[in-house]
Parts: sequence; structure tokens; C-alpha cells
Amino acid sequence: MHLVNVAQAPEGDEFHAPGPGDFEFPPLFGEGTFFTKPMLVVVLGALVVGVVFYLASRRAAMVPAKMQFVGESIYGFVRNDIVGDTIGREGRKFVPYLTTLFCFIAVLNVSGILPVLQFPATAKIAFPLVLAIISWVIFNYVGIKKHGFYGYFKAMMFPPGLPKPICVLLAPLEFLSTVIIRPITLTLRLTLNMFAGHLVLLLTVLGGEYLLVEKGGGFAVLSVVPFAFSIVLTFFEAFVQVLQAYVFVLLSALYIAGALADEH
Amino acid sequence: MEGNLNMVGYGLAAIGPGVGIGLIFAAYINGVARQPEARGVLQGIAILGFALAEALAIIGIGLAFVL
Repeated sequence: MHLVNVAQAPEGDEFHAPGPGDFEFPPLFGEGTFFTKPMLVVVLGALVVGVVFYLASRRAAMVPAKMQFVGESIYGFVRNDIVGDTIGREGRKFVPYLTTLFCFIAVLNVSGILPVLQFPATAKIAFPLVLAIISWVIFNYVGIKKHGFYGYFKAMMFPPGLPKPICVLLAPLEFLSTVIIRPITLTLRLTLNMFAGHLVLLLTVLGGEYLLVEKGGGFAVLSVVPFAFSIVLTFFEAFVQVLQAYVFVLLSALYIAGALADEH
Repeated sequence: MEGNLNMVGYGLAAIGPGVGIGLIFAAYINGVARQPEARGVLQGIAILGFALAEALAIIGIGLAFVL
């Protein structure tokens, strides 16, 4: 099993800075198979989220036990602090989806700093892309369902009370930003945050290892600096990873709220 | 010395979002300092603005690697 990316191991005495190549993994079970480490992270993440919520809801009681308290805290956070502030009471039916989305993205992100796994699966663009497309389909669907196809696009592109000449400018911009830019920025924001974070961690750790092992001597003392940075950055990454899951869900909720709103 | 000029460009491109995010959190801190009870409302808005400003830096790093 290749849990560490062997293709990019530094060779010779020159330092090889980590790059996008470090995000390409060989198949886990040898050549010819398709199952790679990011897939393993996603499967494990789905299992963890499913099992935690199954255990949390299995013996639901008026006085919650430990697991039920954990589940209800997360659910309550999404319902009150994300959906409550953006969509309001109308948004109750989206809470299960948004809670699942939040937990799934948070688990996939945090796997970037868990020992052994140490790869955020969301740094691969395919996973955030699918999640963003699901959100995109949902907010367009609820908008069209509520206002009708014509009404939805009219409310989006021609807000009432706007002078006609400005509509010429505004209509294409609004259409572009709502239908095309939104899923793209959702995807890129999550992917590249995880990508850049993982790259910085790789740089500090590999740089420290290079100074300590490859260079040796007086440089070994200097390796304390990158290693210290890697520890600080790991905590920072933990914060960014949860924050990005929150941002993804917050923006999904805002888009749904915008599609449901009576006038924009 | 090896390297890619794209990364210099990305460094320059990150100045704008950096200033923007600084302004957003400065305004947030100001707001909370003036009215501490508004913290909950302001936090969501601040993080939303941060996410939107950060998207520019994120698009920049994407293009730095792609181009």
C-alpha cells in the first residue's frame, strides 16, 4: 500500500520543492487498479459521518446521551446559526442536506491534518465540484419551483424598479454571476484553499526534513525553524479547514435564500 | 535558481485581496468594539465578506498553477 507519495520523494542533494505533482497518487493496490488514497479518504469520511449520525440518532431521548448531544449540537448549529440567519423558517427542509454537507466537507478537509491519512480529499477538484453542482441544482430547482421558470429568471435578471438602460448592463451580469460563476467559485474556493494549505504544510515539513537529513551538520540546527512553522501551520490549517466547510454551507444557504426570496 | 515567474505574479495579485480582507476584519473589530452585543450578526457578515474577497486570491493561485 502506497500511503506516502513515492513518486515525488527527493533525490540527490538538491531540494525539490513540492508542487502540483504531489497531489497525484499511485493506485493503492498496485498497478492496474483504480483505487487511490483520495478515494480512500472519501469512503472513510462518508462512513465516519454516517456512523456518527446513526449512533447519535439511534436511541433518541428527551435527555440526550453523549452521542445524541454531539449530533444535536452540529444539527442545531447549522439550523440556528446558518439556516436561521439566512433563509429563516422556510429553510427548515434544507437543514438535513446542509448539515450533511457541512459534516462531510469538514471531515474530508480535516483528514488533511490527521496522521496516516494526511491528505485533504477536497484538494482534488472532482469532489468539491460534485458538491457544488448538487447545491447549484438545489437552489435553481427551488427557485424555479417557487417562482416558475419565467418568474425566476425575471426576478434574477430584471429586478423591479430599475431603469431600463441599467437592465441592459445588469441582466447579463446577474445571469452570469448566478448561473455560471456561483458553482465555479464554490468549487475553486474549497479546492484551492485545501490545495494551498496542503502545499504549505508539505513545504515546511519537507524543507525541515531536507535540512535535518540531507544537509546535516550546522543546517540540522536550522531545521527547528521549518518544523516549528509546520506545527503552527497545522493548527492554522485545522481552523481554515473547518472555516471553509462553514463558508461552503453558508454560501449554499445564501444561494437558496436568494432563490426563495420574493424580490431580490 | 529555478522557479516560475507565475509565482511572482501571484504574489503581486495577492496584495489586493490581502488589503481587502484586512479592511473587512478591521471593520468587524471596529463594529464589535463599538457594540459588543452585535458580535453574532457581524461575525456571519464578516466571514461572508472574507470568503468573497478571498475568492480573488484563490482564483489567482489557481491561475498561477494552470497558466
